[in-house]
Amino acid sequence: MANKLSGLLKVALLVLVYAAVQFLEGRGILLPYHVQILSLCCINIILVVSLNLINGFTGQFSIGHAGFFAIGAYLSAYLTVKLQLPFIPAIICGGILAGLTGLAVGLPALRLRGDYLAIATLGFGEIIRVIILNTDAVGGARGFSGIPKYTTFGLAYLTAIITVVVIRNFVASDYGRACLAVREDEIAAESLGVNSTYFKVLAFALGAFFAGAAGALFSHYLQYMAPTPSQIGFVKSIDILIMLVLGGLGSITGSVVAAIVLTVIPEFLRGFAEYRMILYPILLMAVMIYRPSGLMAGRELTLKGLTELFKGAKTRAYHS
Amino acid sequence: MSWQIAALQQLINGLAVGSVYALIALGYTMVYGIIKLINFAHGDIYMLGAYFGFYAITMLKLPLLPAMLVSMVAAAIVGVLLERIAYRPLRSSPRISVLITAIGASLLFQSTAQLVFGASFRPFPQAMPFRRIQLGPVFITNRQLLIFGVAVLLMVILHVLVTYTKFGKAMRAVARDKEAALLMGINVDRIISATFALGSALAATAGILVGMYYNRIDPYMGMMPGLKAFVAAVLGGIGIVPGAVVGGLLMGVAENLVVTLGSSTLRDAVAFAVLIVVLLFRPNGLLGKKGMEKV
Amino acid sequence: MPTTAELMVNDLSVQFGGLKAVNEVSFSLEPQTLAGLIGPNGAGKTTIFNALTGLCPVTGGEISFNDNKLTNQPPHTIARCGIARTFQNIRLFNNLSVLDNLRIAYHKNRRYSLLCGLFRSPRFHREEAEITARAKEALDLVGLADKAEHLAGSLPYGEQRRVEIARALMLNPQLLLLDEPAAGMNPHETQTLLELIRQLRDNLKLTILLIEHDMKLVMNLCERIFVLDYGHLIATGDPRSIQSDRRVVEAYLGGSRP
Ligand SMILES: Nc1ncnc2c1ncn2[C@@H]1O[C@H](COP(=O)(O)OP(=O)(O)OP(=O)(O)O)[C@@H](O)[C@H]1O
Ligand SMILES: [Mg+2]
Repeated sequence: MANKLSGLLKVALLVLVYAAVQFLEGRGILLPYHVQILSLCCINIILVVSLNLINGFTGQFSIGHAGFFAIGAYLSAYLTVKLQLPFIPAIICGGILAGLTGLAVGLPALRLRGDYLAIATLGFGEIIRVIILNTDAVGGARGFSGIPKYTTFGLAYLTAIITVVVIRNFVASDYGRACLAVREDEIAAESLGVNSTYFKVLAFALGAFFAGAAGALFSHYLQYMAPTPSQIGFVKSIDILIMLVLGGLGSITGSVVAAIVLTVIPEFLRGFAEYRMILYPILLMAVMIYRPSGLMAGRELTLKGLTELFKGAKTRAYHS
Repeated sequence: MSWQIAALQQLINGLAVGSVYALIALGYTMVYGIIKLINFAHGDIYMLGAYFGFYAITMLKLPLLPAMLVSMVAAAIVGVLLERIAYRPLRSSPRISVLITAIGASLLFQSTAQLVFGASFRPFPQAMPFRRIQLGPVFITNRQLLIFGVAVLLMVILHVLVTYTKFGKAMRAVARDKEAALLMGINVDRIISATFALGSALAATAGILVGMYYNRIDPYMGMMPGLKAFVAAVLGGIGIVPGAVVGGLLMGVAENLVVTLGSSTLRDAVAFAVLIVVLLFRPNGLLGKKGMEKV
Repeated sequence: MPTTAELMVNDLSVQFGGLKAVNEVSFSLEPQTLAGLIGPNGAGKTTIFNALTGLCPVTGGEISFNDNKLTNQPPHTIARCGIARTFQNIRLFNNLSVLDNLRIAYHKNRRYSLLCGLFRSPRFHREEAEITARAKEALDLVGLADKAEHLAGSLPYGEQRRVEIARALMLNPQLLLLDEPAAGMNPHETQTLLELIRQLRDNLKLTILLIEHDMKLVMNLCERIFVLDYGHLIATGDPRSIQSDRRVVEAYLGGSRP
């Protein structure tokens, strides 16, 4: 019963946030520019949470997430621009193609571990970028312009919620537990009947699917895609990784908070962009040295925990 | 020019670029061999080396070779500090944390360089007049000769150092078994520092050679060559010193041959395709041996 | 000739480079036997377990279980055939709760689909409740019901060993392989363990093969003992005959070497 109640409360909160944004935008308190940033927050949440599935929960180490993002971004844009497909099917197609690519990228994960896998995924991401760079149908090196602005805040918000809920449910199911087992000790997992190959590839495919969806939202948000390292290459991958690591590997709420904070702060620090790029890496290194599992370190922030925090409860109540 | 001649010409160009990859790859391989870390920031030390060389020539008005020495020393210091500050506290942490730290260090070097040196590229001072030497149907430039000369010289010195000196023996001992080396009275920390110094110095030279070769340097110049040199190290068998040289040369040649065959934008994909194929089919590299996890 | 044996090992060999860790070993186990595998350090006992569970490549010979050929099958397939094991150097999922350690092991018996899991269908809820109940039962059996929410890595050594056994039981195995279950336990804990193992065999009708250096435990518990030395099976029999076997005594006292 308590569970149902807190579920309803969460839904109510989520609706409230949406209503508040709509209301404030209608009143002109939130400018379109602000709502844009909120949309970007949602897109980044999708990226970080989906990478968390691969890196945080399954213990693989991908730094090629931007590759999946790129596939979703370009395929969906091609579908809406060249084939006049409606947006939602285009998002799904982008996600599916990215997911299939994730299957292919997951395959090396069967043989590689840790840092070798990291480099291989980075390589995969760059290969995807170079292929896009050489594909004239999507603008090649000139970039892909004239993409319709289909991404609304509502849609980005809804997709982010779906992503978080689906990945949370996945992690809390037997499938997710199998992924955790692979992360913790592959040999023990195998000896308990867990097909580690299958779950690594599954995590890659699922994570890639959502990254593809995020890409689709992004290309119809920015209306222009450039095949540069910072937009779809390894610089982008590392951006996502920074958010993930600061939020904490294996913490979904950590990912959400980090994605929001690290999307919003740079907007306020526009004039200090250069210093930001110095501050971020230092922050990243400091976290690794002093709190290597990230700020949230595999724990989740819960409503219950929050209310107790507000009540001034002495113990910090997190729920695993 | 028939395609054979074109290929031959690209072979020479490839060997020149490959020598540079080899010099950078040596640093990756030595560091990996000794502390099992992919020093992601290694490519950026190569970039810093190029800038140090640039300032040594333009501001200190040094001739090329002394400038190279200054740059090597400066880069060595940066390498040692990097290990001290960023990597040493994490020596017993999971390798992933260390790798993330290394990525952070790489970003830090890039953005600091951008802030200090400026974001746009600079022409590298031509400390040597450009000449082309006819070799039968193909050309070789004096810069390429310089690259070959310096690379071979440094590799020979490194080889002697690693094989015959006390330092080299200590280094190999640490690479094989850190605890045992410690028990034998080897100062492991100092050996690790020295390894970083050595690798960074080699990368700095590579930076200057490339600066002269392409006549430009910029704060991001270390990224791609760094990654490619890493691929070269893996290709040869990471942790194996001669492997880095073989891998570097092969990578340089392969890339340039692809350029002959077709698009030059595909060049960057070659490295990664090579990487994935090697990792899948010969994960221990061309010169590597097999290992297995003990249960 | 039809056999009643559950596990059949024929001329099993495992070679690591130049070292033959297991050398043409043959033995079989009847259902519900409680058997011991003993031998000096480095004799190849753990390697036999690894070969049986697919964790190291078999270089010669055959393994079959209930007439399924298991030689060089991947470990998860073997686990699904009904063989569960524990490890000499405990391999719990240290950062997960004890309960989660056990629930993971129910994996092969889970029936709900991925979609049921992603969207939390009633079936998912029903089965998850069942899995948790099963895990609590197994914990109860090893006497650790109150430790369900603890992190596995935070438990004392002896308790970790018992969690590992409970986890293995979650597979509903037919054959249980225990690698030095009493290592690091005090005499009291060892006694409890002995009773637990007996109980598992009698109540759950398991076949159990255990590696153990504690001779008192082995002689008390096992009905059948296999002695391994330098990869060779040098003796098989009941505790009495093993204790008086000249070759066994020599192997343990470091006598003649092949
Ligand atoms: N993965 C491996 N690679 C190489 N050699 C191995 C491997 N696993 C085991 N060995 C070797 O095989 C031999 C048998 O080892 P095993 O672990 O089976 O012994 P054991 O009988 O279990 O000994 P203990 O009682 O000490 O646990 C040993 O010499 C060991 O070093
Ligand atoms: Mg053993």
